[in-house]
Amino acid sequence: MQLNKVKISALILALSLSAMAAASSVSPGSAAPAFQLPAASGTPVGLGDLKGQVILINFWASWCGPCRQEMPILEQMYRKYKPAGFTLLGVNVEPKSADAVGFLKSTPVSFPILFDTESKVSTLYEVSGMPSTVIVDRKGKVRYIHHGYKAGDESEYLDQIRTLMRE
Amino acid sequence: MANHQALKRTCALLLAAVLLTGCSPIQPWVKPYEREHLADPIMSFDRNPIASVYLDHVYEVREGAHGATGSVGGGCGCN
Amino acid sequence: MRLQLAPRALVGQFITQAMRATSALGGVVVALIAITRADVLPEDRTDIMFHRFDGGGVTVEGPSVLVRKKIGDSFSASYQYYVDLITSASIDVLSQASKYKERRTQNNLGVDYLHGNTLYSIGFINSDEPDYKSNTAFASVSQSMFGDLTTVSFGFSRGWDKVGEVDHGIFQKYVGDADHRTWSVGLSQVLTRNMLLGLNFETDENSGYLRSPYRGVRFVDPSSARGYSFGQANTPGTRTGNAASAQLKYYLPWHAAVDGSYRFYNDTWGIQANTTKLGYTQPIWGSLTLDAMARYYWQTHATFYSDLFPFENAQNFESRDRELAQFHSLTFGLGASYEFHPAWPRFIERGSLNLDVQRMRIDYQDFHNNLLSSPIPGDEPLYSINASVMQFFISLWY
Repeated sequence: MQLNKVKISALILALSLSAMAAASSVSPGSAAPAFQLPAASGTPVGLGDLKGQVILINFWASWCGPCRQEMPILEQMYRKYKPAGFTLLGVNVEPKSADAVGFLKSTPVSFPILFDTESKVSTLYEVSGMPSTVIVDRKGKVRYIHHGYKAGDESEYLDQIRTLMRE
Repeated sequence: MANHQALKRTCALLLAAVLLTGCSPIQPWVKPYEREHLADPIMSFDRNPIASVYLDHVYEVREGAHGATGSVGGGCGCN
Repeated sequence: MRLQLAPRALVGQFITQAMRATSALGGVVVALIAITRADVLPEDRTDIMFHRFDGGGVTVEGPSVLVRKKIGDSFSASYQYYVDLITSASIDVLSQASKYKERRTQNNLGVDYLHGNTLYSIGFINSDEPDYKSNTAFASVSQSMFGDLTTVSFGFSRGWDKVGEVDHGIFQKYVGDADHRTWSVGLSQVLTRNMLLGLNFETDENSGYLRSPYRGVRFVDPSSARGYSFGQANTPGTRTGNAASAQLKYYLPWHAAVDGSYRFYNDTWGIQANTTKLGYTQPIWGSLTLDAMARYYWQTHATFYSDLFPFENAQNFESRDRELAQFHSLTFGLGASYEFHPAWPRFIERGSLNLDVQRMRIDYQDFHNNLLSSPIPGDEPLYSINASVMQFFISLWY
């Protein structure tokens, strides 16, 4: 009787593991997983609300040097292309938001900042580097993924955004 | 006897479960967004190389032993 | 009457081997595997330091300047200028000569190249003092893997030394060459989100003239007034050593860090050494960081070491160099670092002002203080050293 239970659990484990393996990846061409997170503005923001726009999702943390370097550049990008149907979501991955809020006071940005304190969206988007940038097209499909940031990467982002805006 | 057989079958099932996941390479068990503490400068093995190399030199010229004092670190996982 | 090993006038300058970049067996101290990350270049910074060592009748002080700058996206270059100004009236000096002053200058140049998750480094070190010239070339490769949780490094260095003798600052003669080769392997591993592990292994091969020409041996000599006389040391022409170390660093929940390390060393001269270290880092009040450190070291003597040999040329190989003696050493250190953000010049992102002090005590277990007289040679009190070490430096990041 006990052994049967073990057998059943093993089967369930096998199925769930294979299901997880299959449920993969956020890769160019796949649909961008939906999510909703609390925002600095107060009103929660969901990916679904933004369909029809080109969306750049940037995963960042206040303790990450390249992330901090990237912020003013993302701000510039947002201001320039927002009127044309582009939006930028800054998803902060820190479990405690105090440091992030402090950073934003000294380096304010106008694009929405979301707080992923439980790392649900980071896991969903398989964030494998800091910072990570995912660019989603108007139909909600992931088109470009970037890991890390170094000075000059923004020209690549701009090219890709312009391509998607023309679609 | 019967227990032995059952145990074998259970092991086979578990093995199948593992194989079904595709034998994926080792996934990082500390995600990049979990590296806040490791990114802190106080967690660096060698925060000020100019001072640590000097101290290593002070010890090494007075002692018989030397070497293997290298410092390597975890860092923030950025980029 | 028995003659001294060499006329006092000639053996004027006992360079405590300590004061060189090289140790008793030569070989420049190279932080071979000082690779923190292999997926990014080392950060740009400049450090200007004043260092001072005071103990055992020896004072060594001087500046050390280290400049590092990225070049483009893939290269980083570094240069260091280092000086030791030595005033020595050490036990070795006073035993056979007189107090002296000397200067050692060292220049280091290094280049790092980043390609993907691999960091390649090469460098060159030159050390120059009146009686010792040393050149070392080194290269290493580091690779990040498993989402940058693991960094593996391999390094190699090759050194060429020219050993000489000076008397009151004037070069007398060239006594020999020393050759060094070191191979090292290092692993840095993130264990948990709060814990880091570092493992290092290093092996070195040395050949040639591997001792100090000034440090002689003592042997019982009834015909001498003191009961002993000095003779020439003789050490093997080769020495191979191995060192293995493990270091663990842990993040404490109240924003502090604790670390511990252990290193084992042994070599073909019979020396076995153990090094244990504990450290604690505590940031306080936002801009201030405090460090505390304790280090305990102990070693066995070289097989051919003796403080007093029974007669002249008692053994094929003989040495009385206290670096090869049996001793233990305890060091305590404290450090304070203050971080600031200068308004000017604009390209400086931040800076820090640092002061580190250490108190070191070395207790020799088979090296006697022959400067203190004793009716029976070899029965003098055991020698010990208390030393104060200090580093005062300013660091700038840009």
